[in-house]
Amino acid sequence: MAEKSGADILVETLLDLDVDTVFGYPGGAVLPIYDALYEHPKINHILVRHEQAATHAAEGYARSTGKPGVVLVTSGPGATNAVTGITDALMDSIPMVVITGQVATNLIGTDAFQEADTVGITRHCTKHNYLVKKPSDLAPVVNEAFHIATHGRPGPVVIDIPKNVQVAAAEFNRHAAKPNNRYQPRTEGDFKAVNEAAEMIMSAKAPIFYTGGGIINSGPKASETLRELAKITGSPVTSTLMGLGAFPSDSEQWLGMLGMHGTFEANMAMNKADLVICLGARFDDRITGRIDAFSPNSKKIHVDIDRSSINKTIRVDRPIVGDVGRIMEQIIAVLKGRRFSAPGYEEWWARIKGWRATNCLEYPENKEEIMPQEAIAKLWEATHALEPIITTEVGQHQMWAAQHFGFDKPNKWLTSGGLGTMGYGLPAAIGAQLGNPDALVIDIAGEASIQMNIQELGTASQYRLPVKIFILNNEYMGMVRQWQELTYESRYSSSYSESLPDFVKLGESYGWTGIRIEKPSDLEAGVKQMIESDGPVIVDCRVAKLANCFPMIPSGAAHTEMLLTPKDVKGTMDDQAKALV
Amino acid sequence: MHIHDEAVERHVLAVTVDNEAGILAKITGLFTARGYNIDSLTVADISEDHAISRITIVTNGPPHVIDQIEAQLDRLVPVHNVVDLTEAGPHVQRELALVKVAGKGENRIEAMRLADVYRARVVDASTESFVFEITGSPEKIETFVTLMREIGLVEVGRTGVVGISRGPEAA
Repeated sequence: MAEKSGADILVETLLDLDVDTVFGYPGGAVLPIYDALYEHPKINHILVRHEQAATHAAEGYARSTGKPGVVLVTSGPGATNAVTGITDALMDSIPMVVITGQVATNLIGTDAFQEADTVGITRHCTKHNYLVKKPSDLAPVVNEAFHIATHGRPGPVVIDIPKNVQVAAAEFNRHAAKPNNRYQPRTEGDFKAVNEAAEMIMSAKAPIFYTGGGIINSGPKASETLRELAKITGSPVTSTLMGLGAFPSDSEQWLGMLGMHGTFEANMAMNKADLVICLGARFDDRITGRIDAFSPNSKKIHVDIDRSSINKTIRVDRPIVGDVGRIMEQIIAVLKGRRFSAPGYEEWWARIKGWRATNCLEYPENKEEIMPQEAIAKLWEATHALEPIITTEVGQHQMWAAQHFGFDKPNKWLTSGGLGTMGYGLPAAIGAQLGNPDALVIDIAGEASIQMNIQELGTASQYRLPVKIFILNNEYMGMVRQWQELTYESRYSSSYSESLPDFVKLGESYGWTGIRIEKPSDLEAGVKQMIESDGPVIVDCRVAKLANCFPMIPSGAAHTEMLLTPKDVKGTMDDQAKALV
Repeated sequence: MHIHDEAVERHVLAVTVDNEAGILAKITGLFTARGYNIDSLTVADISEDHAISRITIVTNGPPHVIDQIEAQLDRLVPVHNVVDLTEAGPHVQRELALVKVAGKGENRIEAMRLADVYRARVVDASTESFVFEITGSPEKIETFVTLMREIGLVEVGRTGVVGISRGPEAA
């Protein structure tokens, strides 16, 4: 059998795994791999401007297509720059394979040029990682890495490849390269547990479905199954930030997002429910509020593919480990077998309607300035028929987008939930556009976050990607300022966005169309112009500077203690609350 | 504001893993990253082809943390299985220690007498010192070392606990 170089083995294995897009940045320790890519034009290499952006672009690609994102970076700074995006993918369970160059094996440990202990640094921000020491290991390692990244709870896998391993030759037998299948997570739910869960659903008087990113990760079919399960039971549905789109926002059963910036009705229903059915979510602190006051009178069912998510922060009565899509099917089968029909829950819905009547997402009218919520609502009105993919940065604009942009389908909402990474949205939009060339992709941004990966304007220009950036510019790190108002008597320590660039001119210098929207009366026309422009567009939408994001569960408070309007803000907090994030 | 601590339990975990580079760092790093405690940790390969290692970890924490530790260990790709011996039922725990004691006259005789009672073996001797090898439960070793401290303890090395379940079955 013919021998091939490690770099060729790597690239051919990627092709065997149907990889068509790689996000990367070259450097000394990956030159052999880049040379192999030169010979394999079937792989579309996207040259980013910073390695962090390569990882977020891969995440955007993965979340919008369901396929794993692939990243290629060099050793040392290439790898360390990628760490933020790798950690982001771990926190949000995004399938990703990151290939890093490494100095030659004989130089490892000598503090060689651009050497970093990549395997050591990424040990706890990856699902698994490898240092490949000989070229004959490459094919099995790469195959196993893709298997691990995409099975069970998805996550990032790093493969660190020393330069001499890329150059050295080995026999390549693609058929012998299959992984040894040591990683086989459970997908089917335990039969007894599923039955018990179905019993609990049948006897509940005030049930609620609390759904999360697991449903999106399980694949589009799981969203269909959730809709069927909701129809059969007739019970209310709420979701985490990560799970938006799995259930249609225009459904009568939809309560909106829950948690810190969730709706009043969703949080009150969680608090008063007698049964919480958690599907592919993990009782994150942004969801639960104060733990000892979280849904105090309910029985809890928790469906999760990761056993370590169960009983981590909230004790549950009936855990079921496995794939949430499959387990919902199993539950539906039991409910149908028992001829369960939706009991209507009249009393329960009457209470929910009472909570809904607070109209918690209302915001004050403003004739002079654009209210940021209004901007999101207008954006939704103008674009929802086009089924856009929305990415965000992190902060107030992200929460306003989650609250005021209605999502009806999975894989259309890409946001950094667990890690909360500012600078996520633009590269994620680039990745999503590459995976969905015909889609309208909009990064809803803040003027502070967008600057964290603003260099990627160049990447979109280079590959003719018509992504749109919609900046809600209030000249503040708004969420930081909001917390300073809530907790530190409005002492605005370093939260003003000083020395902002002219975003319109900045965009134009990269060949983008730049639009500025300053008045409420210009909003509709500005949004229309953005959508109708063929190429990439950056919109600098000037919004009311001091608007805050409500409703809100303040730090250390319970679901029942939401702040509904700025009038509820006291301006100080005790140390116990201050110490919580 | 004050930070409150919860009551803890001691548990012995037997973890079977692929014998691959970095696995020990993965496990110890998991403990530090998530704030878990390690009282002792032993590791050696146990299979004919040297492909599998067994790690015995003695840890302590509140019951819900112990449960998390097991779940977190179990989801590492190279980990085959995790057995909580403390939870699983009757089991044997053994530890080995080498204990160096120096002294003359009456202390020397007393050291030998106590070593005899504790079934410690002399593995090295000079005119003014002994090295004892002792195996047993951690408590027995603890007691022996405490006694030797009074007599002239110079140095002690302990392996940490290895454990195995009682009866014919693997745990």
